[in-house]
Amino acid sequence: MTVVNDERQVGGDDIALFEAEEVAPRTNTPKPGDSAVGPRRTLRTATLDERFNIVGALVAAVSLATLLFGWFTPLTGAIGWVVVAFISFIAFYSLLVALRSDGQEVRDRIMTVLLVSAGVVLFSALVFVVAYTIIRASDALPHLNFVTETMELAGPLDPLTMGGILHAIVGTIIQISIALAITIPLGITTAVFLNEIGGKFARFVRTISDAMTALPSIVAGLFVYAAIIQLITHQRSGFAAAMAITVMMLPIVIRASDVVLRLVPGNLREASYALGTTRWRTVWHVVLPTARSGLVTAVILGTARGIGETSPVLLTSGVTAVMNFNPFSGPMISLPLQVFDFVKSPEPNMIARGFGTAAVLLLLVLGLFTIARLIGGRGPGQLSEAQRKRVAAASADDVVRMARNTNPTSTPENLPKEPSQ
Amino acid sequence: MTAITERRSLASKPSRSDSIFKTVTFSAGATTVGIMLAVGLFLSIRAGDALSVAGPSFLVEQQWSPETRVFGIGAILFGTFSIAIIAMAVAVPLALGTALLISEVAGGSLRGFLVSLVDLMAAVPSVVYGLWGLFFLQANVIPVSQWISTYFAWIPIFRVEGSSGDVLTEASAFTSSAFIAGIVVGLMVVPTQTSIMREAFSQAPVGEREAALALGSTRWGMIRTVVLPFGRGGIIGGTMLGLGRALGETIAVYMIISPIFTINWEVLKTGTNSVSALIALRYGEASDFALSALMAAGLVLFVITLIVNFTASSIVARSRSGAETS
Repeated sequence: MTVVNDERQVGGDDIALFEAEEVAPRTNTPKPGDSAVGPRRTLRTATLDERFNIVGALVAAVSLATLLFGWFTPLTGAIGWVVVAFISFIAFYSLLVALRSDGQEVRDRIMTVLLVSAGVVLFSALVFVVAYTIIRASDALPHLNFVTETMELAGPLDPLTMGGILHAIVGTIIQISIALAITIPLGITTAVFLNEIGGKFARFVRTISDAMTALPSIVAGLFVYAAIIQLITHQRSGFAAAMAITVMMLPIVIRASDVVLRLVPGNLREASYALGTTRWRTVWHVVLPTARSGLVTAVILGTARGIGETSPVLLTSGVTAVMNFNPFSGPMISLPLQVFDFVKSPEPNMIARGFGTAAVLLLLVLGLFTIARLIGGRGPGQLSEAQRKRVAAASADDVVRMARNTNPTSTPENLPKEPSQ
Repeated sequence: MTAITERRSLASKPSRSDSIFKTVTFSAGATTVGIMLAVGLFLSIRAGDALSVAGPSFLVEQQWSPETRVFGIGAILFGTFSIAIIAMAVAVPLALGTALLISEVAGGSLRGFLVSLVDLMAAVPSVVYGLWGLFFLQANVIPVSQWISTYFAWIPIFRVEGSSGDVLTEASAFTSSAFIAGIVVGLMVVPTQTSIMREAFSQAPVGEREAALALGSTRWGMIRTVVLPFGRGGIIGGTMLGLGRALGETIAVYMIISPIFTINWEVLKTGTNSVSALIALRYGEASDFALSALMAAGLVLFVITLIVNFTASSIVARSRSGAETS
């Protein structure tokens, strides 16, 4: 048993004194500042030894692969070189680690290398997909006419200084606006229904909308083609395309808003009900404002998905080269379908236009995503600096108003000046 | 002393605004269900015409000619699954490794950056992946296909033979194959899978992690004994959700493959098919009956993705609730 003989100890003095008579030396607690503090050791960085292992194995692997491919064996090809270099890197590295450490350590090192290389392969592949599109788009994008003209007068053989994709940009904007005009009210109200009303039917709605997220986009397009185009309108139109996008986006928006609304803290709702408000006022003044940033994010992410969908539009909107502002009559092309239509042609100029269109679409989606991130970075109820100031000002106003209401005879002089006591 | 006359009812009458609110939200829910059920019912009814003609052989017949009443999705379903399985073979190791990298190895601001990057990549339109696959990957992956078919021809699926059983080696025999389409689709579904797996891994309990490390285990030992068992539901569920997306993917596959209507076991060889590519290819010139046949194919695809998705989400949900109780 160790005895703590600390001067700061207040309770149990008798016992401590009694036992301290038998146990001889006092525990020496150094006062802060008494002893010299050495340099702080960094625990998280690799030691010189570990760094040497990595660099050494890398050099050895590159040399071996180059030797094999250049001199010793008839191996060729860049991909083969990378594979051989990678395998020999792992071999050399585990050998170097095994000189100092046991099997556990070697396995840990190898797995770390594999995890890091999986990440490097994935991220470089994904970044490369985006970069490749933008690089190939550099033929078409610098011409200003590419975003200000339509393809009405430009044929496949015309140079890139003629024709553009303005009609596809307009088509995308019109179609996504119609889709959003249906999706936002319907989706968010349904999500409110799932969370605030509840019950058996709400569970059924949730199951059905979850099931609909599995609907392949081409099947959504086929549905609209057979149900709306063949039976009702008898022509492809921007409106039909918007319907197909709506069928795709609605479950996504419902699901995302449902998750966001579920995160609204229950005590906020209960506080509101305890003040005697109705359900409707609680939803409108407490739940929706609290979840606002999350809801906006859900809608924007749904929009990004909806804009990028090609297959439902392929069946429903029709292909055209001219500007069409009327969604109810005549074909109306959109950006992803325009990409698809351009690259079907074997002409290099058309393919360059296809990449240019894809880059415009990509930048649009990335822009939407960035906006969503900026808005949705905060959880429900967390406020930005400006919002916090606005809320504080509003509640200061409330204090003044309440004081005036409860004490109508009071003069402005005896009203509380500082709302936060 | 007043006598207690009668018990007051505690139920409050809903105010008018509340009953309006309730009606409006209820009808929104009903509209949503109505739209969704309309899609399902319409598909089933229209598909019924074709299915009643074709009967159960619809699932195994390889030809597709509704005009002569001989049609089925045997070859198409095989192509759909072969592309999806290749996609999984590409995607799952990458997604698993990256998810572990993000949740266990990377730290601080790097982790946040990588998480955003993965989410961003999930939003990239599929036509962009299709362009990359068609114009870049196709040309650069053919030497790899040739190498595999040269050295692994003893595995039947990697063999590339002509119609008379001779071994093909020229590059044109390797274009537009299920292999290339599978790689592109695989890259498309990796972000989805990664974010689901990462979420599952990050929910592995801290207590068990620290216990493993305190017992002297290395980081990989901790991952193997704590993170992977706790994240098993997330791995399976994420894989299956990715599979669901891979099965339904249209435009990237349609741009890359050259459609055929026979079962092609040689995945490196030109020619394969998928349900969604079939719909995109044939809807235009379809007669009423042919359209109904396409609906039947679409319905089968929908049912398959539905089963895959529901299984996946129930696995993910079950693993989550299990993690909470322990």
